[in-house]
Amino acid sequence: MGEDGESTKINHSFLRDYVTEADVISTVEFNQTGDLLATGDKGGRVVIFQRETQSKGEIEELGESGEYNVYSTFQSHEPDFDYLKSLEIEEKINKIRWLPQQNAAHFLLSTNDKTIKLWKVSERDKRPEGYNLKDEEGRVKDFSTVTSLQVPVLKPTDLMVEVRPRRIFSNGHTYHVNSISVNSDGETYLSADDLRINMWHLGITDRSFNIVDIKPANMEDLTEVITAAEFHPKHCHLFVYSSSKGTLRLCDMRASALCDKHSKIFEEPEDPGNRSFFSEIISSVSDVKFSHSGRYLLTRDYLTVKVWDLHMEKGPIETYQVHEYLRSKLCSLYENDCIFDKFECVWNSTDSVIMTGAYNSFFRMFDRETGRGVTLEAWRESSKPRAVLRTRRVYTGGRRRRGDVGVDSLDFTKKILHMAWHPDENIIAIAATNNLYIFQDRVNPETQ
Amino acid sequence: MFSKGTKRKFSDGGEELPEEGLPGSNEELSSVSYSLQRQSLLDMSLIKLQLCHMLVEPNLCRSVLIANTVRQIQEEMTHDGSWQAATMMEAFAAASAAGSGAAGPPERLVATEVLCRPGREMNGSPTAEPKLFSVMGYEECREEEVVAVEEDSICSEAASNVCLSGSMGHCWERGMLRGERELDSRLGAPDEDVDVEEEDEEEEDDNELEGCREEGEAKAMRQVFGTFEIKNSHPGPESALEELFSDVDASYYDLDTMLTGMQAAPKIGPYDLLDSLSQSHTPSSLSSASNCRSDLNELDHIMEIIVGS
Repeated sequence: MGEDGESTKINHSFLRDYVTEADVISTVEFNQTGDLLATGDKGGRVVIFQRETQSKGEIEELGESGEYNVYSTFQSHEPDFDYLKSLEIEEKINKIRWLPQQNAAHFLLSTNDKTIKLWKVSERDKRPEGYNLKDEEGRVKDFSTVTSLQVPVLKPTDLMVEVRPRRIFSNGHTYHVNSISVNSDGETYLSADDLRINMWHLGITDRSFNIVDIKPANMEDLTEVITAAEFHPKHCHLFVYSSSKGTLRLCDMRASALCDKHSKIFEEPEDPGNRSFFSEIISSVSDVKFSHSGRYLLTRDYLTVKVWDLHMEKGPIETYQVHEYLRSKLCSLYENDCIFDKFECVWNSTDSVIMTGAYNSFFRMFDRETGRGVTLEAWRESSKPRAVLRTRRVYTGGRRRRGDVGVDSLDFTKKILHMAWHPDENIIAIAATNNLYIFQDRVNPETQ
Repeated sequence: MFSKGTKRKFSDGGEELPEEGLPGSNEELSSVSYSLQRQSLLDMSLIKLQLCHMLVEPNLCRSVLIANTVRQIQEEMTHDGSWQAATMMEAFAAASAAGSGAAGPPERLVATEVLCRPGREMNGSPTAEPKLFSVMGYEECREEEVVAVEEDSICSEAASNVCLSGSMGHCWERGMLRGERELDSRLGAPDEDVDVEEEDEEEEDDNELEGCREEGEAKAMRQVFGTFEIKNSHPGPESALEELFSDVDASYYDLDTMLTGMQAAPKIGPYDLLDSLSQSHTPSSLSSASNCRSDLNELDHIMEIIVGS
């Protein structure tokens, strides 16, 4: 990624159109400080970017934030085969979550459909030299040449980033893992598949607790699946999970060992005026995120993003239309399977702005205070590095402005599904197929 | 009203159900177009469910959502079916009383009657027919039985769009598939499967067409959800592969041929029935012809899977 060099000039046009399936980015995540940004792709690789600090120790000027450069690349998951079911297990990385940093090393969890792995990312910039029994290459010395004793010393070397798997949490899931979430207690995390949620201890790999199980006794009675799950950012006993029927369930682990009974259920009653055969499909929640404060929930379904107050179960407190113009196209989108696309949604650091992706390389940001939304584009052709992003508009009637895009000319293969917002600053990372875009707010780089 | 061989386009704007109470001649037309749209949505959904025979495990969320959509359409069609039967009865009665005979409803009635008959003749005894699991549950099945008895020779699922959708082929394939399926269930399918089959066999159903159509859909449903369970109990990859192939049934082909306008000549089509209203096609000769043909089709399909994947 990003290491093309000369080959870019030679067959740039060819490379531009040819997207290797394995390079498609499937998840993006900042760590808790925002210095590291991890991306996972369909080929099972993880690429970690690190933010360069302009000048260490000096105060950064406003607007001059460091750039992100590749820090480390490693193969997290390999394709696997389930011999019992005669089915392949994809190596695609579904989610990455960073652990809070406790020492010099960084830890992250990455998961594919079945297996979760804990990786340790550490730096080495010194190496011991001057061994008595071995020479510089590691070969055993001829003892006759050793005449005196020396103490090995640590000498600085080039920076090396080592990534090692520390834990492998396997055989916990029969169905496809869609979410992982690290608990605020720093010791446990949850993993959710279509029908079950398990809680693991970071140190124990051969056992997990099953805390939610919605599998019916008869699989033919199955009508609802789990689509996403997350721990509360502050209360280690609370977690939320969303379903394909558009409900959110808040569960308290203090209530019982198996949290099949929710503490609260958040559901918006269906609008009878908008009812169609696709109503259920478009109500399916594709992503759920707690606000940083822990007071609100952000959910994404096919056409909207909604903000919910944990204290009010009967409906969302805010609803934002992402691409309402697609409502009349639902049948075509059902035909080409786009209606099943799972978009993510994110909060900014102060929970005042929410962001989600759409089609045609567009993504949308909504200011919660004003209620206004803006459409931006993550597309190389229309933006040069360091150029200001201009807002885009989809033409849905009325006066047509220059630059407006018609609904029928939207490219549904260019979808922005995955994105992340820096935990403290106004820097966003957008995954557009196999490209990663990093945008930052020059006007207000620091959040107020 | 229906042109042969034309793929019916699902117009995006017309999803909303036009109220049945619309006055004037538009009522029948818009409800028919709604039925057509609904039917094509149902077909699309079934194809989506059946195309799950891939190397990678299919997305369960997507399958569940599609299955729920199918269920929803089925439920609505059942409601409409029973209502339409009633309205057709009235129309028929009115038409015959008037003496003119409206072109539409009576033809449909006769057509459905004819369609129902070969299906019934095919089965020796109703009890021998194992009824597959219906996604709609047992309660609704009993409902249809009652209606069938009341309507006498008219099938309760008399919604013409259902009969006309080529579900006849399902009935004929069933005879062939039945043996296959029973064999499968005896070859060590998990207990829950066998129990379901036995339960179904006890359930009698007068309405063959309903069972036929549902079979195609139920089979699709079962395939989707069954895949996750059944395969767990099979000992090795060979039997899993066998299971994969045994799930390939000709009902898929019926959908396929129906969507492409039913080009095959020997297969009796509802359009033929509508046109000719003759009973020159005897079920027995046709069933053997279609059985052979579906055998070949199945073989082709299996070859496609082997080569294509």
